[in-house]
Amino acid sequence: MIDKTVGSCDEAVADIADGARIMIGGFGTAGMPDQLIEALLRQGAKGLTIVNNNAGNGDTGLAALLAAGRVRKIICSFPRQSDSHHFDRLYRAGKIELELVPQGNLAARIQAAGAGLGAIFTPTGFGTRLAEGKETRHINGRDYVLEYPIAADFALIKAHRGDRWGNLTYNKAARNFGPIMAMAARCTIAQVATVSALGELDPEAVVTPGIFVRRIVESLPASAAAA
Amino acid sequence: MIEKLNREQMAARVARDIPEGAYVNLGIGLPTMVANFLPAEKDIFLQSENGLLGMGPAPRKGEEDLELINAGKQPVTLLTGGCYFHQADSFAMMRGGHLDICVLGAFQTSTRGDLANWHTGAPDAIPAVGGAMDLAIGAKQVFVMMELSTKSGESKLVEHCSYPVTGLRCVSRVYTDLAIFDLSAEGAVVTEMARGLSFDELRRLTGVPLRPAFGLVARES
Repeated sequence: MIDKTVGSCDEAVADIADGARIMIGGFGTAGMPDQLIEALLRQGAKGLTIVNNNAGNGDTGLAALLAAGRVRKIICSFPRQSDSHHFDRLYRAGKIELELVPQGNLAARIQAAGAGLGAIFTPTGFGTRLAEGKETRHINGRDYVLEYPIAADFALIKAHRGDRWGNLTYNKAARNFGPIMAMAARCTIAQVATVSALGELDPEAVVTPGIFVRRIVESLPASAAAA
Repeated sequence: MIEKLNREQMAARVARDIPEGAYVNLGIGLPTMVANFLPAEKDIFLQSENGLLGMGPAPRKGEEDLELINAGKQPVTLLTGGCYFHQADSFAMMRGGHLDICVLGAFQTSTRGDLANWHTGAPDAIPAVGGAMDLAIGAKQVFVMMELSTKSGESKLVEHCSYPVTGLRCVSRVYTDLAIFDLSAEGAVVTEMARGLSFDELRRLTGVPLRPAFGLVARES
């Protein structure tokens, strides 16, 4: 019997090594797998490269990982926000490397990795500072920039419901990067609100098929997680 | 006296040009206000880059859902018939030319439609781009909404952007507090002006080559 569920977030992230490249789902805090990130913080891996849309909000989740000095490099589209003080401080001190990627290119490059493509030509960013030095091509009357896939060792994502085969559904706009990150990592770990019995998820409603998911953890209720 | 439009009037003016059935993305900041002026009886589909189509207004107090937010990370609602999707689909909607109209704010727009709205160019600024570059090049029509001049009186409609560009030749129309401009490879055409403003005065304010649209008159309302 295949059962991808694991007993705790700590167990789920135990084998993440120093220097790993990790995708973390979420748009701001919507869809951010907070309990997996807290487990990663306890686990202690350092020198990490993080792929996320942002660079942490407030003092918890990804921001806490940054604050603890565990992140060497971040690949993201929108680091600077009103509450990104931990990133801002590290960046100004030269203690974190930033690869800034337009959001749609970030999504397309992640998707390209998951789909096994060697590279993509994208019109986004052509003629801008973010495409400087990159190969370009004129195709059917339009200019494109060559961009390479972004893959990762691990993806930590948040989904709504999952089953022991790893099938996932999402909640509202918390879906954001989850489905494409799940496809682009060697080992995808999903934090879900509820683990359902096989067959309870409507096959028509499954967004991420289990083939893309290695481990699944049911999150603790917020009160227990805070304790 | 020149009757400048205030921000609400600018938003209302942009809203008037959005037809029923349009798929529209409203950028963060000033463009977000356009939503307040879209007529409720028309079906207009608002897209939010984080994965919503059929985005509705802010929820009532106490009904906020942290997993239902807009691109500015503020709580919103989903209209009946709206739906959710992931990031790759969301940006395929932009890049693939499926959105009819995108309304963006800008630091500068060039008369040929180059857009600068993501970076001030200040050396110590922490850069952030988000979806700006995808929105700039994706929609069938890209509208910019901005005050015509900076606080220090420099025109934001320019011949060449001095700020780092977001996209090249991508803006089709600029709505400002003083005039509306249609942009193309041939340059800027003035289609509407605020009441009390003369074409010569507008030329002086912008300092860029302008042509009047056929039959151009000062705005009546």
